[in-house]
Amino acid sequence: MRGYGSRWPGVLRIVTLALWCCAPLGDTANARAQGTQAGAGAIFPPVVEGRALAFPADTGAHPDFRTEWWYATGWLADDEGGERGFQVTFFRVRTGIGEDNPSRFAPRQLILAHAALADPAEGRLLHAERSARALEPLAGAGTGRTDARIDDWTLKLETGGADGTDRYRTRVRADAFAFDLELAAHSAPILNGRAGYSQKAPDPVNASYYYSRPQLAVTGEIELRGTRRAVRGHAWLDHEWSSELMPAGAQGWDWIGINLHDGGALMAFRMRDAAGQALWAGGTLGVETGEARILTPEEVRFQPARHWRSARTGAEYPIAWQLEIAGRQFELRALMDDQELDSRGSTGAVYWEGAVRLFEHGREVGQGYLEMTGYADRLRM
Amino acid sequence: MSGLAPGAGRAALGSIFLASLRQRRMATLLSLVAIALGVALGLAVQLIQSSALDEFGRGMRRLAGEADLQVLGSRGGFDDTLYLTLAQMPEVEAASPVLEIEARLPGHESNLRVLGIDLFRVAQVQPALLPQVRAERDNARDRLAALRPDAIFLSPAARVALRTEDGELLRVQSGLEEAGLQVAGSIAAAGVGERFAVMDLGAAQQLFGRIGTLTRIDLRLAPGVERREAEARIAARLPPGVAALAPEDSAAQSAGLSRAYRVNLAMLAAIALLTGAFLVFSTQLLSVVRRRQEFALLRALGLDRRVLLRGLLAEGAFVGLVGGVLGVVLGYGLTALAFRVVGADLGAGYFRGVSPELRFQPLVSFAYLMLGVVAGVAGAALPAREATRIAPARALHAGDEMEILQARPRTAAALGCLMLAGLACLLPPWQGVPVAGYAAVAFLLAAAVLLLPGATRWAMGGLAGRRGVLAELAQARLVAAPGQVVVAGAGVVASVALAVSMAIMVHSFRLSVDDWLRTMLPADLYLRASSSAASGHFDAPSVARVAAVAGVAAVREIRFETLRLSARHPPVTLIARPLSGGAGLPLVEPGDFPRDGLTDRPPVWVSEAMADLFALGPGDFLKLPLGGLAHEFRVAGVWRDYARQHGAVALELEDYRRLSGDGRSNDLAVEFVAGADPARISTAIAALFEPGRIELASPGEIRALSLAIFDRTFFITWLMEAVAILIGLFGIATTFAALSISRTKEFGMLRHLGMVRSQIGRLLAHEGALTAAIGVALGCVAGGAVALVLIRVINRQSFHWSMDVAIPVGLIAGFAGLLVVLAALAARASGAAAMRGSAVQAVREDW
Repeated sequence: MRGYGSRWPGVLRIVTLALWCCAPLGDTANARAQGTQAGAGAIFPPVVEGRALAFPADTGAHPDFRTEWWYATGWLADDEGGERGFQVTFFRVRTGIGEDNPSRFAPRQLILAHAALADPAEGRLLHAERSARALEPLAGAGTGRTDARIDDWTLKLETGGADGTDRYRTRVRADAFAFDLELAAHSAPILNGRAGYSQKAPDPVNASYYYSRPQLAVTGEIELRGTRRAVRGHAWLDHEWSSELMPAGAQGWDWIGINLHDGGALMAFRMRDAAGQALWAGGTLGVETGEARILTPEEVRFQPARHWRSARTGAEYPIAWQLEIAGRQFELRALMDDQELDSRGSTGAVYWEGAVRLFEHGREVGQGYLEMTGYADRLRM
Repeated sequence: MSGLAPGAGRAALGSIFLASLRQRRMATLLSLVAIALGVALGLAVQLIQSSALDEFGRGMRRLAGEADLQVLGSRGGFDDTLYLTLAQMPEVEAASPVLEIEARLPGHESNLRVLGIDLFRVAQVQPALLPQVRAERDNARDRLAALRPDAIFLSPAARVALRTEDGELLRVQSGLEEAGLQVAGSIAAAGVGERFAVMDLGAAQQLFGRIGTLTRIDLRLAPGVERREAEARIAARLPPGVAALAPEDSAAQSAGLSRAYRVNLAMLAAIALLTGAFLVFSTQLLSVVRRRQEFALLRALGLDRRVLLRGLLAEGAFVGLVGGVLGVVLGYGLTALAFRVVGADLGAGYFRGVSPELRFQPLVSFAYLMLGVVAGVAGAALPAREATRIAPARALHAGDEMEILQARPRTAAALGCLMLAGLACLLPPWQGVPVAGYAAVAFLLAAAVLLLPGATRWAMGGLAGRRGVLAELAQARLVAAPGQVVVAGAGVVASVALAVSMAIMVHSFRLSVDDWLRTMLPADLYLRASSSAASGHFDAPSVARVAAVAGVAAVREIRFETLRLSARHPPVTLIARPLSGGAGLPLVEPGDFPRDGLTDRPPVWVSEAMADLFALGPGDFLKLPLGGLAHEFRVAGVWRDYARQHGAVALELEDYRRLSGDGRSNDLAVEFVAGADPARISTAIAALFEPGRIELASPGEIRALSLAIFDRTFFITWLMEAVAILIGLFGIATTFAALSISRTKEFGMLRHLGMVRSQIGRLLAHEGALTAAIGVALGCVAGGAVALVLIRVINRQSFHWSMDVAIPVGLIAGFAGLLVVLAALAARASGAAAMRGSAVQAVREDW
């Protein structure tokens, strides 16, 4: 089985919970049921194999599809050597609501954004989120070029540099932090799955279009508690869009996207069931030349090494891992323990998403991000 | 004799002074009741208004949330691209667009206020409006529920009022169509008693046919932005007819509407309190007269003058305190009753959709209690001073008590008061409250009371030469002791003056309203899609259908809208209908203005309120924001409007349609062909529409309904007037009762001279009737003057409307005659006690 899964259930939960204010966290099954209902009456195009992705046109939005996101993570270093992680995600959701409504406020498309900054000095993740209905020029996701924004939060592809480099610009401003970063891609996008067609389950109807942009060179500045700092670093960007959801049975997943110091890139994940067993696994191992090796489920093994319990939510996360990827042994360690994103007060989502280092034979071989969902206690009433 | 020890003073207070109150139980009780009523009514008005206003203000604040500015237009709203413009301004941190609709609910009497919101933006500015999605089976929730076009969320109070549960269908009317909305949850943060609903803005625009329209944008300014500058820059971006207000200003504008009404009610309470003070005065004065020898003896025994003064003041204070306590209790009772029966606005319709709760307000209650005490002390002050002035040796002799009843005519003072009253009528209102007008009323009343001794002397002179011993005796008595008339009559003068003035004012008002309704409702039948503010309306095809009904001669459309003309004024009402050059309006100032070169401006007719508030007159130019642009009009006349206190402007329907592009109408006025059967046509028209979508009413029904509302508004006025009259009568009764006791010796002497008891009774009846007649006559004259002040100054300044003066002669004559007869009976009855003893004993009491 060559296709590989992704963060579907979690993304869905984030998207849908953002609409449901001040409500307790529901379970995945409900989210899925409601997601299906959201699509009632709207015709979402299916994801089919064989459609060639074209760039830069496909970096823009695909508003006909149900869900889409642009997800950028990375490591930043300031002049004093301080290391921090950052994450910014823009989601687009076609609700299937108000398609026949001529009102500019009809909630046909929603835009949601999450941003976080991981600073070991803070001891925990700083995060913020925004959500809005798509309404030009205040919020939206443009077609043809990556151009997602909610008010003054933006993620935009500014192509056309003299050297042909793709440059993304992202700006985020929250109460405790802000950042304004340029992410430059010196290589072409890596198409995940079969030429960008990424199958999620045995049934080929559950699939997405998915490409990644690893090894982005980052320059810019961050503002933390009122102090501005110039930063440099490297980042990873995922762009994925789809219409159909994964089948039932998944409880959560563990996912990594690592920029390797040798210029390569490693993406790996495993999907867990309610018992914590792997339902599915997969990944992509890219080398500097741009060639990518698609990993089969048997080639990816996650083994928890150390746990950390969140005092806020009671959830216990494995924050150090032993990884076996295509026969190689890796060790994964978090930049800091507490990178839990607890937004039960607003959007309701609880997950761990943080900066990690990758070691091989005790030597650091890469830096990137780890995402773990489905570990939080679920409130069932 | 060493005199009474200081410690004895306190003992004397109980045994001599307060005990005296027990002896004159009836008089004390009446004073107490009057004070209690004054305190109760004043407190009730205050409590009701403050509860309603507080609740209203709290509701507005809660809905405004963290907004620094509210951009408001008329009810018709403004182009929603303004939201995009404002939201992008650097001064604006967050902007929340709102479309407010008064949704008509078929099958329900009241409308529902529906706020179309963008829930993502509301979260940034007014979290109190955030809807909470209900849990479905197995606690699953539809996360997109708040965005669904058929979902509506009710505040707890609306849920109770509509008796609608989660998941049930709520039917709303838009135009002449009906739509079902599902109650998908609640607005938990809504305040108690706030009735409203929220739904998605896009869905609301579509459902109510308001695509592209907003009625409000709530703004939070960016931190660190200088507020005034930001306001100015925002204001510069607003189209005509749209204003940016701080939330507290818009709340104040709404509250300001009811201020004049509240002040009027407070004035009525003040009158009741004054009457109470007057009753204390009259009973205390006579009690002092009666106890003259008692006080002289006490003084001779060494009682200090100040102890005497204090004791007498304590009597008044005691009555005031007990009356005040009773009044406070009664006040809360009245308030609770009023909340349940007539609502928080005493039937005046100012605070719809607000159901306040009765709360104990210690400070206000204490203040009113103290007002009662002050009334008691003030009433007792003058008699107490009189009592301490007397020389003990003289007062110990008999016959001296007549002196205090001597009253000199104070014509000069009376004329001075009249002049002051005249001057006060010329002054403008203060903050919309006719303070000077109320002062004029007070001066007029004072002048009437001051004229009483002179009038008595003059009237008795006129009666000289009348035959009959009793008549002459009564007349002689009143000439010799006009003070008796003053004491007994002053209350009558004041209460009659107030009653007569109210009667004239309300009568004039009612007749004028009736005339006005006739002019405003000339057609044979009226069709209403919903009240002027709400979501029902007629469109062109439905008008055509009505016009096609056999027997219908003509159908005229009427459109109601609101216009915001300035940030300082609440919106005025716009009435667009065929006016045939103003002929269909109750004009007070026809438009006789010079028709210079600018007659191409379309005409408008402004209501009196609008003429006052915006300083407009015939011939003036006026800009009205229609269809997002300011258009210039010319004021062609001023018309009388009793319905819209904040002002109304009428214009020809075709002008309105041409300039605004709004083709809807709220009402249809239908005229029948001559000889048509109204019932048949009504039935035929009703059959054109789905049941419950429209209302049909004949002008007669509308008039009856309007007058019923009018009468409900004046219900409290009548009630207080009845109380004032009753207190005036009680005043006569107590005065005569007390006087008769002090005249026991006189009656004994008359009986020695051969008079029988019944003759003395008749003598008293004569005196009572004469006293009352003088008081009533003077009261009627004063009442006429006060009525003019009420109509021409107080009403005009408070509510900006005029009325034609009409005097209910029969009512006043009957009332005056009844009062004289009742006074005679009261005087006769109150003298009975004095004549119970034998004539010999009565005379022997003399020393």
